Amino acid sequence: MTNEELKNSITAILSSSTFDESGEFLTAVISSEQLLPFMKDLRTKSEFDFDYLFCLTCIDWKDHLMMVYFLLSKIHKHTLVVKAKITDPNNAQIETVCNIWRTAELNEREVYDLFGVKFINHPDLRRLFLTDDWQGYPLRKNYADENMIEL
Amino acid sequence: MKALIEEDYITEEGEFVINMGPQHPSTHGVLHLKVWLNGETINKVQPHLGYIHRSIEKMSESLSYRNFIFATSRMDYLAAHINNEACALTVEKGLQVEVPARAKVIRTILSELTRLSSHQLWWGCTGLDLGAVTPFFYAFREREAIMGIMEETCGARLTQNYMVPGGVMYDIHPNFQNRTKEVLKQIKDKFQEYYNIMTGNVIFENRTKGVGILSKEDAISYGVTGPTARASGVTCDIRKHYPYSAYDQVKFDEILDTAGDCYARYMVRMHEMKQSVSIIEQLIDNIPEGDFQAKTKNVIKLPKGEFYQRVETPRGELGVYIVSDGAASPYRIKYRSPGFSNLSAIPDMAKGGKIADLIAIMATVDLVIPDIDR
Amino acid sequence: MSLLLSFSFSSLASNIHNLLAAAISNSFLLLVTEMVITGITLISFLVVLCFFLGYMERRVAAFMEIRLGPNRVGPKGTLQIVADTLKLLLKEGLTPDSSDKFLFNLAPIIMVVASMMAIAPIAFAKDFQLYDINIGVLYVSAVSSLGVIGILMAGWSSNNKYSLLGAMRSGAQIVSYELSVGLSLISIVILSGSLSLGDIVMSQQNGWWIIKGHIPIIISFVIFVIASTAEINRAPFDLAEADQELTGGFHTEYAGMKFAMFLLSEYINLFIVSAIAATLFLGGWMPFHIGGLDSFNHIMDYIPSSIWFFAKTFLIIFIIMQFRWTFPRLRVDQLLTLEWKYLLPISMVNIILVTVMAIMGWHL
Repeated sequence: MTNEELKNSITAILSSSTFDESGEFLTAVISSEQLLPFMKDLRTKSEFDFDYLFCLTCIDWKDHLMMVYFLLSKIHKHTLVVKAKITDPNNAQIETVCNIWRTAELNEREVYDLFGVKFINHPDLRRLFLTDDWQGYPLRKNYADENMIEL
Repeated sequence: MKALIEEDYITEEGEFVINMGPQHPSTHGVLHLKVWLNGETINKVQPHLGYIHRSIEKMSESLSYRNFIFATSRMDYLAAHINNEACALTVEKGLQVEVPARAKVIRTILSELTRLSSHQLWWGCTGLDLGAVTPFFYAFREREAIMGIMEETCGARLTQNYMVPGGVMYDIHPNFQNRTKEVLKQIKDKFQEYYNIMTGNVIFENRTKGVGILSKEDAISYGVTGPTARASGVTCDIRKHYPYSAYDQVKFDEILDTAGDCYARYMVRMHEMKQSVSIIEQLIDNIPEGDFQAKTKNVIKLPKGEFYQRVETPRGELGVYIVSDGAASPYRIKYRSPGFSNLSAIPDMAKGGKIADLIAIMATVDLVIPDIDR
Repeated sequence: MSLLLSFSFSSLASNIHNLLAAAISNSFLLLVTEMVITGITLISFLVVLCFFLGYMERRVAAFMEIRLGPNRVGPKGTLQIVADTLKLLLKEGLTPDSSDKFLFNLAPIIMVVASMMAIAPIAFAKDFQLYDINIGVLYVSAVSSLGVIGILMAGWSSNNKYSLLGAMRSGAQIVSYELSVGLSLISIVILSGSLSLGDIVMSQQNGWWIIKGHIPIIISFVIFVIASTAEINRAPFDLAEADQELTGGFHTEYAGMKFAMFLLSEYINLFIVSAIAATLFLGGWMPFHIGGLDSFNHIMDYIPSSIWFFAKTFLIIFIIMQFRWTFPRLRVDQLLTLEWKYLLPISMVNIILVTVMAIMGWHL
């Protein structure tokens, strides 16, 4: 489907989503509470069929966190980027999508480890790269450690 | 901490837990796998990562756009050229700069040479892991020849640091074309020898056929890419679907297989080596004249926005995602590494098999751990 | 030249015996002295043999892998193994704290003793046999199976899961393959009519059994070589010590001299297995005779018998060494499938064939 048709179909299932077409892919921006039903529709409805989640990450914009999901459909060959805005950085939590795409299990653990976002209903949420008793979330912009050196 | 350890060791009747790694002769790097065994049969595999986590993503936030490229050579050190090419392409996408034709062809030839040498090392190490020691030496003989070419043109054997935003760092050595043609001739003669030593061996076929089956739906759900996915029937060659550099000028086949077991993964890579040789042959005599680098400013600043570029490494799809806010350093870089997703499919593939099967699976999925841990 | 031809080990042995009998009058003391001298000679012979086998293995491996092998220490690298042995001697023989110390220290000793005991009935040259026991074949088979106790002890007492896995695999493997080894040995016993190794060699006076017994004995020979490679835990059946999977298997925790004893016992086992194959199938010290051609046989007799024996043994050792660098390793269930579903039925049918051949007189 082309970008126009995608936009129309998405607005049909979630009217509060905004769009951003400045980049290479069509981006849909939603709030973090609406994530799980939206993702389920994107996976199961036949006009979307987004079966391939190829990148899952988080960006720290200091006053809010933005979760980014890159979706691809192997059947229709269209790409969509879903951005879910988490408004409160101190109490960051969002639903997990690992029941929809198995690749999210390790990816969400990485985001939890480095950003501190808690994924509700994740089967095994613990730190991935850092040791279990590490304090703080390193990839946040306000992370400070006594071992850091400013260049 | 204590609760975590107790929870890890909850076992059924008669199960015991062994640790494979982090120091182990066949985990291709520092990978720690906790394996729950019932006799010799595997019930569960749990990977523990982070032994070589160097926070490349955070580090790149304080490096300039010219410097961060070379940190990625250390990520997947067997495909350093391809990693560097991915970063350079992303920056060029942001700057909207056009790479000259000569630089594109040089980049493609070097990428395919890197793919060949990475697959050679993979073949040798697969033999080594399965117990056949001799293929290791045969594979390194060819790899040495390719390393010699790299050393002459780029200055280094493993972490070449040759790609810059806009093109390549300096022009190729005058000997490059002749030497590459000789090496190609040497490698083409060897494919039959590789078949005779390992592929046609009955013991090898028994160890790899029907072992570690990954179905097509599982491969897509786990986000597996590269030869691992192509052996399960998923068509995902970035060089075909989203061509970059000079890949739209060459003819080559995308190798697919449907069995999804270790033998299929093995054969996909062997055929890919032949395709790489044919790509280089098509390009090596037709390197266009011209500049090897486009002019860019000394201090590169990407405009505000987000840029994603994907390339095909010997392991799968590497994605570089740069979020920029107009400064001279990236605001956030995310590397979508191929090994990360491939690793997440291994516990599923190994369940119900024996320990020897786990080794065969890890050998054919071809993990490089620094790529996973970044 | 004639001095060299008339030289035989049996005259050397009887000369020494006469010398000692003249010096020592007490017959018991004489016996003990002879036993001590024999023991020391045998052990030093075996150690020198292991040096040579280690060097040969590395050279064969290098030849197959297109590289040179040791060529720095000593002329053409011959002293490399001596340097390695010195290194192993000087290493700290670490015993883990939580291991069962008595069994841990006993395991390598049992393995070496079991290997060395099997040398006794082997005939190195004409009239040069330590002990021509009348149940030679049975003795060798019985004594060499004591080695598996050493392996199981090593694996259990290390208190290490990897070692235990390796030892269990090895126990299952050795116990299974003994059946095939035994059945191939029995095929020769049926044809020659005696268990004693001396009698078996003498029965090959008019030709080696592998030629006289044609097809069934060739099948026996092939099965014997395959099964005994599995018996001595050598590749492609070396899952007990697979270093790519279990980082050392049952000898992970051993260091220094105890580890050297495991290596020693492995090479001695290799020699014994090849010597038995050479004795039973290829004639032992008997030169290449063709029944009936007396002048040809007389010419063949000029080459000393010890050279015949060692040439045949080293030929089989070379074949077994080549296996290691050619094939990948078998998985444990494939290994046991090979034995129980393929080798054992073939061996049993082969025994029936050999019996029929012996009764009907179809062998040469």
